[in-house]
Amino acid sequence: MTKSLRPDLQLIADLIKPNSRVLDVGCADGALLNYLVNKKQVDGRGLELSQQGVNACVAKGLFVIQGDADNDLHEYPDNSFDYVVLSKTLQAVHRPRDVLVNLLRIGKRAVVTIPNFGQWRVRLSLLRRGRMPVTKELDKAWYNTDNIHFCTIHDLFDLIEAEGLTVKEFVPHTKAGKKLSMSRTRANWTADQGLFLLEK
Amino acid sequence: MRGKEGHTATLFKKDSLTLDSGATLSPVNVGYETYGTLNTGRTNAVLICHALTGDQYVASTHPITGKPGWWERIVGPGKLLDTDKYFVVCSNVLGSCLGTTGPWEINEVTGQPWGLDFPVITIRDMVKVQAALLDFLGVGSLMAVIGGSMGGMQTLEWLTTYPERLHSAVVLASAARHTAQNIAFHEVGRQAVMADPNWHGGTYYNEDSKPDKGLAVARMTAHITYLSEDALTKKFGRNLQARDAVTFGFDADFQVESYLRYQGSAFVDRFDANSYLYITRAMDYLDIARRYDGRLADAFKAAAHVRCCVISFSSDWLYPTLENKTIAHAMNAAGVPVSFAEIDSPHGHDAFLLDEPEMDQMLDGFIAAAAKSRGLPS
Repeated sequence: MTKSLRPDLQLIADLIKPNSRVLDVGCADGALLNYLVNKKQVDGRGLELSQQGVNACVAKGLFVIQGDADNDLHEYPDNSFDYVVLSKTLQAVHRPRDVLVNLLRIGKRAVVTIPNFGQWRVRLSLLRRGRMPVTKELDKAWYNTDNIHFCTIHDLFDLIEAEGLTVKEFVPHTKAGKKLSMSRTRANWTADQGLFLLEK
Repeated sequence: MRGKEGHTATLFKKDSLTLDSGATLSPVNVGYETYGTLNTGRTNAVLICHALTGDQYVASTHPITGKPGWWERIVGPGKLLDTDKYFVVCSNVLGSCLGTTGPWEINEVTGQPWGLDFPVITIRDMVKVQAALLDFLGVGSLMAVIGGSMGGMQTLEWLTTYPERLHSAVVLASAARHTAQNIAFHEVGRQAVMADPNWHGGTYYNEDSKPDKGLAVARMTAHITYLSEDALTKKFGRNLQARDAVTFGFDADFQVESYLRYQGSAFVDRFDANSYLYITRAMDYLDIARRYDGRLADAFKAAAHVRCCVISFSSDWLYPTLENKTIAHAMNAAGVPVSFAEIDSPHGHDAFLLDEPEMDQMLDGFIAAAAKSRGLPS
């Protein structure tokens, strides 16, 4: 009944305890939420901007509010979720710092994944071409990309520390969702994406 | 007054209905229609709440106008609200004029129509009458309660007043309170009715003429609020009505004038002027948060088990997205499982009655999931 989850979403799902309350910010078609609701008996809610995404979620029997991280998170009460998930969205919000703080106001824990702009191919592309990197995953030119606040794994660690938040788990991984066991610095060179489980 | 063709139930015969105003009514007649069959488990009932000038003829021919039901697009065999699966109930609201007790009805004490002696009612009073009708029909709890505009307001009051009788609820293009602008437009409508010399302080029922002109103007004003500027421009622009040039007079030179005049004159044939006063007043009095010290979320705390869906329309300036989203966020804060979307539509407030594929898709998914979680066959 539930199809197998995309590997990078599976990494997120593995961090979430059964029977918890989860808010997925930017939940798209609800694939992760649907998995969590059906396999982990989670009380799941979503926030999603696209009508297509909202309709796909509702058709799955999920509950989702149309909106985005910049404008709607402040409406959610303090500590109303066990986990708030923000998957590959932080780089697309207007105020990443406010969003990060809000995630941990609303949730006891936050699960954040970012595309790592420090990855060597990205660095090499900028070095060789002298132009903003365009990759398969991030395939839009600088002037029309939704990704307006790119950061590296180091950058996010810095912000997390500056905000006094705690990294409970750090899972660097490849695009295919394969976990990489390595230091932060090496991950900053190697990993396509970084997954952070955060607490206050 | 009219509409004897449909079903009527006489309720509150022994125990009178106590209204929010403190006044009591007994008995209360309710005009209603049902579609489909209540299943043996009594789990498939759906209540549809109609808007200000709507009625119970949601999926059957209107007895006065002869027009098809106002939501036949959605309600019927094989349709989104499939009457082969669901037992759909729709009743004329308290204070209205198609078989349900209202100012047009004979006050048994005086033997005369109530007129303005009829007590002022609220949206919650309407809902109490609907609950009594469901008792009468043997419906304990509802698979869904659904309403747009004032129907959405009733749905909200169902959530505050009878949450234990609900499995799911749908609110379309609505609000949990009337704003100053909402009240202002209604007041213009009421003043138009009351300024009509045929109104006679509301005692026109035995006169030869009714306050048709005043009621028509009220309808014309209200109708503008149901559309968007864009919709009016697209539909009429500055087009002239069956003429090549303006006439330098006050005939309906423009198509939009002719359209509004038609809307006004068609309306008075099917609606009672005093009913219009009472129902607009009920809407103006709506302010759900006020009963909960200004915290709307508290209104929904007892409804945390009810699956909810709130939908707004981008060009609706009568009950705009913000009002609807406020409802959704309040429900969410109360722990109510709720979905919300703003449907992109050029059609203004009336969009909820029109063919909006994105709305249909969302409604369809929501209803199917609600039915499934209710244990109904898909």
